[in-house]
Amino acid sequence: MIAEIGLAALWLAAALAVLQMVSGALALRSAEGEANPLAIYARPAAVMQALLAGLAFAMLVWAFAVTDLSIKLVAANSHSMKPMIYKLTGTWGNHEGSMLLWVGVLALSGGLLALFERRLPERTMGATLAVQGFVALGFYAFLLLSSNPFERLPVPAIEGSGLNPLLQDIGLAFHPPTLYAGYVGLSVAFSLAMGALLTREVNPTFARVMRPWVLGAWVLLTFGITAGSYWAYYELGWGGWWFWDPVENASLMPWLAATALLHSVAVLAARDALRTWTIMLGVLAFSMSMLGTFLVRSGVLTSVHAFAVDPERGAFILVLLGLYIGGAFTIFALRAGAVAEGKRFSFSSREGALVFNNVMLSAILAIVLLGTLYPLLTEAFDVRVSVGPPYFNPASAMFAIPMFLVMAVGPLLRWKEDSPRRIRFEVLLLAAILIGVIGLVSFFGQFALLPLLGLGLAAALGVAAFLPLRGRKLTRVPVATWGMVLAHFGIAVSLFGMASEGAFTQERLAAVAPGGSDQVGDYTFTLQSVNPVAGPNWTAIEARIAVSRDGGTQVILTPQARNFWSPAQSTSESALLTRWDGQLYAVIGNQAADGRWQIRMWWKPFVTFIWYGGLLIALGGVLSIIGRVRVDMKRRKAVSLGDERRADPEALGTAPVPAE
Amino acid sequence: MRSRLFLWVPLALFAFFAGLAGYMLTQDKTEFVESAMIGQSLPDFALKPAFDGLPGAARSDLVGGQPRLLNIWASWCLPCIAEAPQLEALQAQGVEIVGIAIRDRPEDVANFLARHGNPYTRIGADDISEVQLAIGSSGVPETFVIDAAGVIRYQHIGDIRESDIPILLAELEKAR
Amino acid sequence: MIRVLLAFLAALIALPLSAQDTMPPAPYAYNQLDDPALEAKATALMHTLRCLKCQSQSIADSDAPMAGDMRHQVRSRILAGESPAQIRAWLVARYGDYVSYTPTVSASTWPLFAIPALLILIVAAVLLRRLGRRHADAGDAS
Repeated sequence: MIAEIGLAALWLAAALAVLQMVSGALALRSAEGEANPLAIYARPAAVMQALLAGLAFAMLVWAFAVTDLSIKLVAANSHSMKPMIYKLTGTWGNHEGSMLLWVGVLALSGGLLALFERRLPERTMGATLAVQGFVALGFYAFLLLSSNPFERLPVPAIEGSGLNPLLQDIGLAFHPPTLYAGYVGLSVAFSLAMGALLTREVNPTFARVMRPWVLGAWVLLTFGITAGSYWAYYELGWGGWWFWDPVENASLMPWLAATALLHSVAVLAARDALRTWTIMLGVLAFSMSMLGTFLVRSGVLTSVHAFAVDPERGAFILVLLGLYIGGAFTIFALRAGAVAEGKRFSFSSREGALVFNNVMLSAILAIVLLGTLYPLLTEAFDVRVSVGPPYFNPASAMFAIPMFLVMAVGPLLRWKEDSPRRIRFEVLLLAAILIGVIGLVSFFGQFALLPLLGLGLAAALGVAAFLPLRGRKLTRVPVATWGMVLAHFGIAVSLFGMASEGAFTQERLAAVAPGGSDQVGDYTFTLQSVNPVAGPNWTAIEARIAVSRDGGTQVILTPQARNFWSPAQSTSESALLTRWDGQLYAVIGNQAADGRWQIRMWWKPFVTFIWYGGLLIALGGVLSIIGRVRVDMKRRKAVSLGDERRADPEALGTAPVPAE
Repeated sequence: MRSRLFLWVPLALFAFFAGLAGYMLTQDKTEFVESAMIGQSLPDFALKPAFDGLPGAARSDLVGGQPRLLNIWASWCLPCIAEAPQLEALQAQGVEIVGIAIRDRPEDVANFLARHGNPYTRIGADDISEVQLAIGSSGVPETFVIDAAGVIRYQHIGDIRESDIPILLAELEKAR
Repeated sequence: MIRVLLAFLAALIALPLSAQDTMPPAPYAYNQLDDPALEAKATALMHTLRCLKCQSQSIADSDAPMAGDMRHQVRSRILAGESPAQIRAWLVARYGDYVSYTPTVSASTWPLFAIPALLILIVAAVLLRRLGRRHADAGDAS
């Protein structure tokens, strides 16, 4: 019964998506000021749809919780012996379940939007809900027609086949949903952008409605990327934290677009400028998340080996991509010319700086997109090429460096027009820090250009992040401004970690006999012993490595080389020693013929700052949401109070006397 | 108003991508990295015997007389078991096959040949994949057609299936 | 993290095709050169060469036996006095552009350089249009 309830709920939700789409679209046909009688169904349809999609997802979770082996998906991806938490997270650890989670979150956000958003004109709201319904409908069709999660087996399986211990990991369980939720948040921004474009209501009110969704999506993406990067760092065993892999780029590209959108929305909300640009970025950000989904699941790119790779699914997602993005760009081309450009501003103004950096972010996005898709292009001509870090790093730095420079001073400028002379002191200070740090570091050694520039920029940005607070009473600074300060500081912290890791990492690969010692950086390490150990489903050899810094207290590190036997698979479990100023990274390899063991050691100064920075950025985003929502609530309260006051005299029958 | 042509640029770029992606979805994916050494002369090498039963292999053993097959394999490679009968079939048709065993132990090589048959005239042991890298091979098993002048004429990637035998025979004929 | 998941899944799929060998790695697969300058040269090169058996990893980031053998080639050739450019050329002659992450301008890769150059022009044009002109007529804005 569980599966049937879930499937029925999914079909009903799909039907409601149709209603939402049609009814919302009819709102467009109503004349100004009056409501189309059929347009009133869009909001209730969205809310009901959210409940039904939620129900469908809950049913699937339930099926996984009780391990209902008559359902194909459960039989293929779960096992009765799994711990409960991994049974539950297993719900979205597969293609169908993750798509159901995706539409569930999509429907939920649509429902929330329909339920609480009253600031937009009804026509715009109708159009937005119609687009939202259209997007949801595509995913329902995808689920129901080609990836039904509730499909029954003709004969229930005796036992599930999904006991892969490698996938039972708390990080792996919660990383994907974070990214999905981020993607979905961008879909709401997309619907709002299309709604505003269709009704030509691209204005600050619209921007204020859109902003929390963009911010929320951006926070989730930031968090997801940060966590993913740390994961790859300690799991892959070679100390790399970013590989410019297509899958990583698939999550980076929406983030870049969302970052640009975030700043563009801020300009629109505050200054009523950058109207078409904001719409364009809204479409672009969602395009990038759809593109990411396509790349990851269709298997068109060589290195993307497998996440439920299937050309048929790929074709379906491509069709959806064509409908949404092709449609959106067509409407954009037809309509954008009719949207007035908005308020003007001078080059040396905060808007000017934001525009500059938006263009730079878009250029970086274009570089990442080009580098990611280029191998696909050449493969169409049967030529295989590799695009990797040696390309991405300098090509994106070309635009990132000017962006960081402008980012340092942008928040100091006033809106509309400002004189660069006013912030002369700050500019000189930052330039001095930049040049000073670069000079100082290059005095002590020879380093590659990019890490060197990174160190200088990080120092300047770190100081610059707090300059907007100068001369202000800290208790009266708005929460949203604290959010900006924190996020910008996070960028500096993260950049510092990256540059430091690039410039100062020490590597030692050595064959060490038990009892033998070697050195990496300030650390002396001694291989005390290598012993076999066993876990619940693996055996491993574990090294006991005593490390001490400059002859200080010894700490024992225990890296392992694990061999799992269900299924057979070997992994290397690195051992990390975290200090405030860096991490020691130890890996045990094979035994050489002469009995010595291969030890890999890295001392990575300040590498952890990469992820601390990422967390700070996300936290800044959270503060910004809190600040914005609080201001909005206050404003709403003030408006309704005002309405009441005006309504009171009318209720008493005495029209207010116009003051002449 | 100025020209709005540029507003269509995103759509055009997207259409290009969608077309490309759609085309690539219909194409078979090859995960193989082809050697760029086809048509080039075989690099010089001399490998010690992989086990006691057969002599080792050197470039000079592949030059002169008939075109030969150079089979890159290993006893630890499962598809190599699958292709063993096909190699024997080729040998039965009079093809000389020189083997190079990648990262292998003599006793494992001997066991493999005892169990799955021995189609080779000589097998060199390449313990650090140096010959494999030198001829642009990126995995096991792979089979190269070498002509009498020592030029690499053809590369077969993956295990040889029954259907591949006529192709290889034709390539050997062409290399004559 | 998705990457890791993918790596696992890929490894699972690839497993029946490539069982592991048990031979010890090549001498320079996991051992550094004694001369730090030469080692730095080798490491920099290894980070720009693709591991042919892995997904999106350089040979400096991989445990695959073949990546180890390629590292051995790189280190021993550096030790023998070859330049990184020569070693890269040697590998490209065998595996094509695919083996090198450092793109060189060639018939198949020129757009990788042409498009960013074009991008700089577009960016400059956009900025001039949006910002340059504004400055001039900021006064007569509505």
